[in-house]
Amino acid sequence: MIVVGIDVGGKNAHIVVLKDGNIVAKGEAATGIQKAEAVETLYDEMLNKTGFNREDVTRVVATGSAGKRVAFADGVIADAVAGARGVNRLIPSARTVIDVGAEEGSAIKVSPEGKVLDFAVNEKCAAGTGTFVETMARALEITVEEMATISLQSNSSIPMNAQCAVFGESEVVSLIHQKIEKQDIAKAVHDAVAGRIASVARIIGLEADVVVIGGMAKNSGFIDSLTRETAMDVIVPDDPDFIGALGAAESAALGV
Amino acid sequence: MQALYGFQDGSGDWFISIDTDKCTGCGACVTVCPAQALEVGEDEYDPLSEVHVARVRNAERKKIRYTCAPCRPGYGENPTPCVAACEPGAIAHSDAWQHAYAHK
Amino acid sequence: MAEGAQKEYWRWPEGTWVNPDIDWQKGTIITAGVDVGSVSSQGVVVVDGELYSFGNTRTGFDSPDSARKAMDRALAETDLTLGNIDYCIGTGYGRVNVPMAQRTITEIACHARGANFMYGPEVRTVMDMGGQDCKAINCDDKGKVLNFMMNDKCAAGTGRGMEVFADLIRVPVWEIGPRSFQIEKEPPTISSTCVVFAKSEVMGLLEQGVPENDIIAAYCAAMAHRIMGLLNHLGVHEKFVITGGIAKNEGVVKRLEEALGIKTAEQVWYKAEYQDCPFDTQIAGAVGAALFAEAMVSKGKVKSVRKA
Repeated sequence: MIVVGIDVGGKNAHIVVLKDGNIVAKGEAATGIQKAEAVETLYDEMLNKTGFNREDVTRVVATGSAGKRVAFADGVIADAVAGARGVNRLIPSARTVIDVGAEEGSAIKVSPEGKVLDFAVNEKCAAGTGTFVETMARALEITVEEMATISLQSNSSIPMNAQCAVFGESEVVSLIHQKIEKQDIAKAVHDAVAGRIASVARIIGLEADVVVIGGMAKNSGFIDSLTRETAMDVIVPDDPDFIGALGAAESAALGV
Repeated sequence: MQALYGFQDGSGDWFISIDTDKCTGCGACVTVCPAQALEVGEDEYDPLSEVHVARVRNAERKKIRYTCAPCRPGYGENPTPCVAACEPGAIAHSDAWQHAYAHK
Repeated sequence: MAEGAQKEYWRWPEGTWVNPDIDWQKGTIITAGVDVGSVSSQGVVVVDGELYSFGNTRTGFDSPDSARKAMDRALAETDLTLGNIDYCIGTGYGRVNVPMAQRTITEIACHARGANFMYGPEVRTVMDMGGQDCKAINCDDKGKVLNFMMNDKCAAGTGRGMEVFADLIRVPVWEIGPRSFQIEKEPPTISSTCVVFAKSEVMGLLEQGVPENDIIAAYCAAMAHRIMGLLNHLGVHEKFVITGGIAKNEGVVKRLEEALGIKTAEQVWYKAEYQDCPFDTQIAGAVGAALFAEAMVSKGKVKSVRKA
């Protein structure tokens, strides 16, 4: 049986194709402004890659903030459900899932079977999201990847006063003007977001094992900040930004 | 006078309100707050008055959403420690936490 | 914000004014207020409770320097010096860094007092939008704060929110208001509250070829809507006034008046003869600060620091 999971977020879409329960293809694309079209293109590319046709696919399940815009989806599930399912498949010992994407950050309490017991979401504000980090990277005139790397080299702890991406950008410019090292600013940015995410996670309770997914999980600087902020070991699975799509594919396999 | 400490953004109105007419400046709320977010000092909004009242510390105001979240204002089983400690009932939270985090 | 060759769409003109009807040498109590905001700074001199002069400048990276610049601007076209001033109060975001101030007072209190002076004792609700904040204040007939709501955490509904937009769409801030009405009909407003997300939305509209003036109208409407949220929470009472930089943006002001069903009140201190005065809605905070200083000196609550 061939099933597909597709996670359409604020910035990127991720797709996972399962054949008889095994991952046979993965793909991602920036969705830009015309999300529906970008997603259709991505789907066709995946099918080309695997050699399947649309008729070969038993079921497609979508998730993500723009999941409802996937015209060819047979069903749509909530992000929290997708995240919980995806993590449970890979790390069944997970009890807390933290999902940070471009436009949303959430914390999910999961049961041993991968069911959602509780969740808390930060939305509509860029400050607790990947967008915050990207905005600061632009102000520092480096890539997010570079930002992650250099922040790990910093030993200082500068608190950021701004709680907004727009004001944060001004604050970063001001710090650069004060000749603060870029690595210290980068660390301050990661600490700031990690602090906000950890507060959200504390609402539902930080119970080990804590697993972090979503695009931001690829940022080692952020993960380092989150580890220090929570004083817990956090687990980041491979390809953490595909876990939502994986969970959606799992749902498709279960027929939901 | 209702002094509101906090902020409003796309995700809601996140405020602690302190009624300076009811507040006696006793400091009970300051002692019980697990985040040490409160203090007692001059009434900033009435510069010609000499009465001391409770305030949210400056460093917490713009992130009060995150500061107060673990106490679950409006959606836990009990009132938050500061509300429970305040005899004149001068302190309260806005309902954003309840709307964002309570689930039916 | 790049300086130099790149055109700066957010940079509005700075201003200075001196009251031709007042001879400060004949005054008894001369006080000053300095409002150092995150985006603009104002210095105001008040002689026996009357507005004597003001200066309005852009805040730089250094708060003390910005305070000095604002005060210099206020004194530039007079023969008054700092040494002639009885008392000076600092206010605004950078108030702790005003070197010439003897004390600081929050901008909420100062704006209420300043609005009471500029717009009269009938004012009951003041909405001030600064560079990085937005506040709604209810006051009494003496300009005393009854209650308020302030947002200085989120860029939406602040001057920065408008500047970011102006920069993105490459239209100077002072043209935004007029151009927002050069449309056929009101477009749907921008749906994202967050300025960062709204930027993506605007880029999408530009990509789709939506006319610029329509996008400008949509953004002004979104900002007016945002302010409405703050005001509704507080409760608006007439007379209603808007101060701060945003009062100069008719695109937002008119839409807000329409949504509220209330027109903003006219200023009372300004005479038609003051033709060359760049009537400046941004000075309310500094005016209030200077008036508090006057009250404190005249009531004997503080000692004058006047040197000459």
